[in-house]
Parts: sequence; C-alpha cells; structure tokens
Amino acid sequence: MADFGGTDLEGFRGEAKGWIEANFPASLKGKPNPMMREERTQPSADQEAWRKAMGEKGWGVPTWPAAYGGGGLSGAEARIVQQELNKAGAYNPIGGMGVMMFGPTLLEYGTEAQKQEHIPPIVKGEIQWCQGFSEPGAGSDLASLQTKAEDKGDHFLINGQKIWTSGAQYADWCFCLVRTDTSKKHEGISFVLFTMHQPGVEVRPIPLIAGNSPFCETFFTDATAKKSDLVGPLNGGWSVAKRLLQHERSGLSGAGGGGFFGMQKSLDSLAKEYVGTDDQGRISDSDLRTRIINNLIDTRAFQQTAVRAMMEAKGNSGPSAATSIMKNAGTRVMQDRAELTLEIMGSQGLGWEGEGFTSEELTAVRSWLGGKATTIYGGSQEVQNNIISKRILGLPDLTNNH
Amino acid sequence: MAVLSEEQSMLRDAAKSWVQEKSPVTAFRKMRDSGAELGYDVAAWNEMAEMGWAGVIIPEEYGGSNFGYLSLGLILEELGRTLTASPLLSSGLAAASALILGGSDAQKSAWLPKIAEGTAVGALAIDEGAHHAPGKVAAAVSDGKLSGAKTFVLEGMAANILIVSAKGPDGVGLFLVKADDAGVKRTRLSLADSRGAANIEFKGATAEALSGGEALIDKVLDRARAGVAAEMLGSAVQAFETTLDYLKVRVQFGQVIGSFQALQHRAAKMFTDLELARSTVEAALAAIDADSPDVPELVSLAKSKMGDTFHLVSNEMVQMHGGIGMTDAHDAGFYLKRARAAEAAFGNQAFHRDRYAKIQGY
Repeated sequence: MADFGGTDLEGFRGEAKGWIEANFPASLKGKPNPMMREERTQPSADQEAWRKAMGEKGWGVPTWPAAYGGGGLSGAEARIVQQELNKAGAYNPIGGMGVMMFGPTLLEYGTEAQKQEHIPPIVKGEIQWCQGFSEPGAGSDLASLQTKAEDKGDHFLINGQKIWTSGAQYADWCFCLVRTDTSKKHEGISFVLFTMHQPGVEVRPIPLIAGNSPFCETFFTDATAKKSDLVGPLNGGWSVAKRLLQHERSGLSGAGGGGFFGMQKSLDSLAKEYVGTDDQGRISDSDLRTRIINNLIDTRAFQQTAVRAMMEAKGNSGPSAATSIMKNAGTRVMQDRAELTLEIMGSQGLGWEGEGFTSEELTAVRSWLGGKATTIYGGSQEVQNNIISKRILGLPDLTNNH
Repeated sequence: MAVLSEEQSMLRDAAKSWVQEKSPVTAFRKMRDSGAELGYDVAAWNEMAEMGWAGVIIPEEYGGSNFGYLSLGLILEELGRTLTASPLLSSGLAAASALILGGSDAQKSAWLPKIAEGTAVGALAIDEGAHHAPGKVAAAVSDGKLSGAKTFVLEGMAANILIVSAKGPDGVGLFLVKADDAGVKRTRLSLADSRGAANIEFKGATAEALSGGEALIDKVLDRARAGVAAEMLGSAVQAFETTLDYLKVRVQFGQVIGSFQALQHRAAKMFTDLELARSTVEAALAAIDADSPDVPELVSLAKSKMGDTFHLVSNEMVQMHGGIGMTDAHDAGFYLKRARAAEAAFGNQAFHRDRYAKIQGY
C-alpha cells in the first residue's frame, strides 16, 4: 500500500481547505464546471473571480513548476487539493487543451523563452488552445499531413487545411503540425504555434451526428507563425507530437472511469427504474442484467487499473505506452455503458428534443452518439492496438508509423 | 504489478527462480505422464514446504510467517506460470484460512503447524454437485457424526484433514474431519487438467465444528477464490507470453505471422485484458489482507474478470499456434485444460457475476 506521508501533508490539507474556503464563491458550490460545456457563454462575475483566484494560486495545474506560475506541488499535495475541492463542491476552472496536452508537452520540449511566454496564460486560464493535427487526408495516418509552412526569414507562411479541430471556434492559439520538408514523411514535420486571431485563419464548425459542433474545419491561407514559436527542432515535430498524443490519451482514458459523457445514475439503478426487478430484487431482464454486470465489472477493473498505474508510476515521469491500453479499455466501457443506457430506457431513450422526455433521456441519446467519437479521436482504437502491438509487445510494424 | 514491500519482492523472486529452475512445464508433463495418484509431485511439494510457502498466511506462533494473502498470491502466480501442481492452494491457503478464522486453540495447535511445515495436507469439501453451490448443503452432522457426500474436492486424495460444510445442530457451518476416519470413503477423480481431486462419502465420520457458521464458509471460500485467481493470473500471463513468442518466430507467406494485423490486434486485446485482470486480482488480495468489508465483491470481481481473461487467452493460445497447438506434445493443451478447471473452481464467471450483482443489490 502506498504511504503518502504523515503530518506535513495533514498540515497542507488544512492550508488547502482554508484557502478554498476563503476564495471559492459560495454561489458556485456544486455547480458544473463551465469548462466542461461545449458552448462558451459569458462567464459570471463569480466564475471569473474563481478562475482568477485559482490562476494566481497556480492550483489549477498543481504540479506544474512554480517558476511559470504553476502550483509547484508534489503529486500527494495535488491529490489533497483535488480532494478538498471535491469536498467543497468546487470545480477546477483551469482546463482545456492547454492544460491537458499542450502545457505538459511545452514544459518538456519548449525553450525557456517559450515557456515564459506561453505557460503562464494557460495557468491563469486566460488563453484557450486548439490542436491543429488531423487533416482531410491525414487521419489515422497522421504523418501524411500536407499543411505547408514556408520559411520566410523571420516567420513561417502557413497554407492548408486542418479538420476535427476541437473547440477551434473558441480558441485563441493553435499548436499545429506543419510540413516543412516535402521530401520526407515523419522527418519533414514541424510543430509550430500561432494565434488564431489573424486574417489567414478561417474556422467552420462541423455539425455532428449528436446535433452539436464540437469540432471544426480550419483553413489557413497565408497565416503566419513567428520563427520563435517553433517547438523542437525544424523537421523534428513528430517526436513532440507523439509525446503530446500520449498526454492526450492519458487525459481521454479518464473518461471511462469518470463519467465524462456518462449519466449521473448507475446502470443498475436506471435498470431498476425502467425495467423493474423480480421477487428477489434482481433486474427482471436476466440477459440485460448480465450485460450490465459485465459493464460494471469492466468499469471497476478499469478504475482499479488506473489506481494501480498511478501507484506504480509514483515518482515516475508522465504517461507511457500504457496510455494506449487505458484509452482502449476506458472508451470501450464508456461506449458499452452508453449503449446499455439507451437499451434500458427503451423508446424513451431515443428522444431527440422537446416534450415527452426527461432531460436525462435527452442527454442519454446525445451522449451515446457523441461518445462514438472517443474510439476515433486521439488515435483510433485500431491505432492504439498498433501501438500496443509494436511498442509493448514488440511485434513487427507493417504500417511504417514510427 | 502491485507496489511490493522488500520482503514481498524477495519472496516473489525466490518463487520465480525456483519455479523456473525446478518446476518448468516439463515437470508437470512428467507428473501427468507418470499417472501420479495425488496429482502433484510429492518431492517438489516438500521442497516448497521447506521454503516456508505452506505457512505464508499462518501466524508465527503456529509455525508460519504471517506474510499475508498478497504475498501468498505472488507465489501462486509464479507457480501458475508453469502449471506447477501442488496442495499449496488447498492446504496452505484454504484449509489454513478455515483454521485461522474458525479453529479453536486446540484445533489450531493440532493442525496449523503441520500444514505450515507441509507434513499435513488440508482440503476444502463444499460442493455436492457438478456446479459450485455453497448454499446447497445436504450433508449433516448429528451427535458429532457427519453423513453426506461431497464432490470435486481439490486435493481430496492427498488430504489428511477435510474442512467440510454441513448442517449441524446450530445451522450450516464448517466441520473438521480426519481423512483417515473409518467413515470417510474417497474416490479418485481423473480430470482433464490432471490435478488431484476426489468425490468423498461420509458415513458417520467424526466431525468437530469450527466456529463462525455460514459466514465462515463465505470468508474461507473468498480466500480460496482469490488464491485461485492469483494462480490463474500467472498461467494466463505465461500462456500469453508463450503465444507471443510464437507469433514472432512462426513464418508463413514469407513473414512472421506476428506481422499480421489480425493477430496483432487480438494480441493487444489480450494484453489489455490481462492488465485489467491483474488489477482486480491484486486488489482482492490486498483487501483480504486489510480485512476490508468489500472483500466479497472484490473477490467476485476478480474471479469473474480473471476467468474471462484466462478463458480467452487459453483459447487464443491453441488457435494462434495452429495445428501444433492441437498436439499433446505442445503445452497449449495443458493451459486450455487448466483454464477450464480453474474457472470452475469455487465458482465460475456466471456464479461470480451473479454474486457481484447480488452484493450490490441488483
């Protein structure tokens, strides 16, 4: 069993509790995190105050170095902050792709100047980032991307198209993979940063099957990026991208255990409500019951594995190839859960909008559809299986995906 | 792999090196081919006992090392890798648990030291039919005499003492019966996995009650189930690794078959399931050591998840080896047969899925 230390940590717990009490606006207690919503609305004064307080404190990214505004806390201290936030009914207002993927990657690969410029605004929640990776012709085979960046002396000139750019319509900056050498595949890719607020950038949201538009098509016509915003070496962007994808996967897999897309109620209580029970209190449809049990068992096994990975990685550095396992396992249980939810609700689970359906039922159908993306984005489940086969199991690679 | 203490790491390493050197799968094959009556190699079992493995969960005052269930699980996992057959699970885990949890001082003093040193073997006799059903107990004790019949008693032929579930004057509970009692008649079963098992008839055999009633049966069974799951984990991991090695050397169509994506993705699925199953098994063993109230659900979770995983991996082992996997000369068949026997032991996946849901109230 892990021993996370004794009295010092309890002292820190008191400090964390006190700070949250002093700074978290009571009006937001138990309210959902506005960062988790797809539509960005004007934040309330209290929401803004909470974001600024957490941003100044650095506790939105508790383990990032204090030198760039982060919390500078140990893993154990960070867990205490999270626990105290939960107890207080408080959400973490600092989030998004900057926190989940770009920040950790820049901390590893960026120059001192890049970190000084780009990390503090992420810590403070002032800047939202989007990810310019996939293209119409470069999905699972990401390294075949064509968006071109030409060296124009003090800047790069960028032309091309990205797709599935999450949240591009709300983003301030883009971290983007571009082709800087057309004679090579992986070794001709660079990783650049640029502002979305420039004339050469056009964003078109894409309506999806769930009826929302979380992803965009993004067009670059003579957009520019400063030379100082090249991350890693010229033509060395693929390594940076691979690292970033590991951070992305470790973030995405959390969805399987947490209920990111899921329902508030557990499957067994939903089934009791919609399907009923027999005289022994069992869900009366025994076939459905077995499949619910399997899903709940797999969910629990997934959560136990997440805990185990955390304990084993104590003192270790960041995500590994194991994140591919976690992404596949997590998305599998999540999609199964969404399917089961619909089945449990019967025709009530097919409502699209309007009268006759509870908000829970309407959420179920949208979540079921939206969740189909999870085994496609961030590297499809097939790509994850390729990674497991090659990097963990040492089987030969025929896809030439380095 | 769970985060281990230094002692646990040493124990695991010792088990690993003994198993690999002294008890590879060829040893199991030799035992099977010899038609060993007891279903295990007595000399190998004596070596294990000398290393103290039979006393890992037994308190020091009774000659054990009191290292706990996670530690014993590490040994069982290593033994499972090479399908090493021994009474460690029946005796050093299941029977020892029954005595530790429900034995009187006299019963503990009489038997635990012998179990710890391997000079006595204990076995658990619960089921009375072809399916695990601990709630169905027809065997009965009156005036200290047991009558009834028990089926598929693991290590039933080797046992010196039997821990038997039966109805007594105070309800259903566990009873201790000496196997050499005149009222005990054992019939050896020859099973597909070549392990030791027996059907046992009791006709007025002398039976001493253990204390704890029906709750004790559940507690003892949960410990046995977690132990089987640990052994299954080792077997399944080895079955997978052996298969993976084969995928890297078998050439067809001018390339190793492990370069085919259809096989790669099935291998990736197995690896993922093995990681998940390992978490469930280690969590169950750790919960037993912590005497946590959620032991029953965590054990059913582990036995069910581990059962599904070993089932899959053992089938894939035969399939991916192709024709050679169908031959008796290859080890794949051993893992396949052991998988089904271990799945059935103390409740298969269906039993534990149902139990998991019942515990949680659905």
